[in-house]
Amino acid sequence: MEYLIGIQGPDFVLVAADNVAASSIIQMKHDYDKMFKLSEKILLLCVGEAGDTVQFAEYIQKNVQLYKMRNGYELSPAAAANFTRKNLADYLRSRTPYHVNLLLAGYDDTDGPGLYYMDYLSSLAKAPFAAHGYGAYLTLSILDRYYRPDLSRDEAVDLLKKCGEELNKRFILNLPSFTVRLIDKEGIHDLEKLTLGTK
Amino acid sequence: MALQDICNFQSVFEDSLTTEYPAVPHGKKIASNYVSGLPFSNNKSLFHFYIPVAEYLDESPIQFGQISTVQNCSADSSEDPFLTSSTLPTCLPFASSQSVPLPFPMAHGTTTLAFMFQGGVLAAADTRSSCSGLVACPASQKILPIHSHLVGLTSGTSADCALWKRILARELRLYQLRHGRRLSTSGAAKLLSHMLHPFKGTELCVAATLCGWDGGETGPGSRGETTKNQMTDLFYVCSDGTRLRGMLFSVGSGSPYAYSILDQGVHWGLTVDEAKSIAREAVYRATYRDAYSGNCVDMYHITSKGWTRRNREDLKEEYYREKERRKHEKTERRDVTFSD
Repeated sequence: MEYLIGIQGPDFVLVAADNVAASSIIQMKHDYDKMFKLSEKILLLCVGEAGDTVQFAEYIQKNVQLYKMRNGYELSPAAAANFTRKNLADYLRSRTPYHVNLLLAGYDDTDGPGLYYMDYLSSLAKAPFAAHGYGAYLTLSILDRYYRPDLSRDEAVDLLKKCGEELNKRFILNLPSFTVRLIDKEGIHDLEKLTLGTK
Repeated sequence: MALQDICNFQSVFEDSLTTEYPAVPHGKKIASNYVSGLPFSNNKSLFHFYIPVAEYLDESPIQFGQISTVQNCSADSSEDPFLTSSTLPTCLPFASSQSVPLPFPMAHGTTTLAFMFQGGVLAAADTRSSCSGLVACPASQKILPIHSHLVGLTSGTSADCALWKRILARELRLYQLRHGRRLSTSGAAKLLSHMLHPFKGTELCVAATLCGWDGGETGPGSRGETTKNQMTDLFYVCSDGTRLRGMLFSVGSGSPYAYSILDQGVHWGLTVDEAKSIAREAVYRATYRDAYSGNCVDMYHITSKGWTRRNREDLKEEYYREKERRKHEKTERRDVTFSD
């Protein structure tokens, strides 16, 4: 039902998430933001079971900020991703596992941009592009076909639009709009919302 | 037939004429204990009876009245086929995680709705409490004021909602006493969401909509969304962990019907009367179609001065008025066609 996508370029990461908050068959909100800002240059995109997403994402968010307060410097994206994965793994075999699928996107001043794919079984993979949700089945092959490691920002946004159009055309559920954000060495930038009208 | 042989059905009938009524029931812990005082039983065939009997009186008090799953029952009372078929309902709502069996099958039928507009927040709900297919209470209150400027709509299990509203009211009052200012609606929603989180995965079902007006005294809050310089706020909090801020919410089994009416007419510039009339119309249409919503409609209006309650209105009248209108329209149309 929900959809997340991330594309890493040579010096940026582009991420997008759909805006629907649904409860069984009803869309309760059309402008719901599924991205959580962990720090100035790290975004966590979180989808999954209703309450688990916000609870887990906010927990990670507060812990990352606590690290900054205690140590005076921020966690790198790789460290934040591993911290997140460790938490997921710890809760996995408890009585209350978190059923959440995540994308962590960040820009490290030394290592550059990074996109990390995590799922509810606490697997972690650093990937050049990734997607979550049923929509991923439809869009991963588009990404496979057109992705190049040296994409420019406009090309990445075009690639994102291609994915959105394919969803609009073939996905059974209506996902009218997507929040789009870009992370680079300057920080997190809000791009224009991707809205797709009727075909 | 096999069943009759097992319980010696015929022999019971034959012996009925010579039955005695013992004064004191046997001390043995078998289900047929209490039947021995009733007709059609005798001392010899202790295991055989066909009257739905108070078997619960033999069980430990903790299990009083509770329904165990069908599988357990069939394993236990293999010698009492009549008992199993007659006392237990055949179709139980199967609960995914049932550590403690439910006392009776619960149902979550309701229609509640709330929306923000230029004149504040309007909340409306029906008044029917249903329980496994029958109306347990036709005049229940689903809109519960929490404090002078915060109102909560309840959907889900009535008992859970009533309890959690009281707990929330207590916690908000404690916050106000400790910190000297009222907690904002957003904070109240967050508090409720965090209080309900430990119960995730259990049978607890609370889907509350909090409508409030945050005064200047609540201090700086995170108002990321523009609410057009108004201090009203509307949150949907569910026991599964959802917490959403929005301009329009409808919750319950009748909510899809209400949504379709509200989506057509609700916009920011409504007057108070227009808002009241569309809310009433939405609840009426939902009660018309949804079996678990009905009876009357309650309406609360929240503004900077607090909440005001409109008198409860019986929708039965509205139904008859509509019927009259339709009949009138039909006769009018017929007259028009005849005159052509």
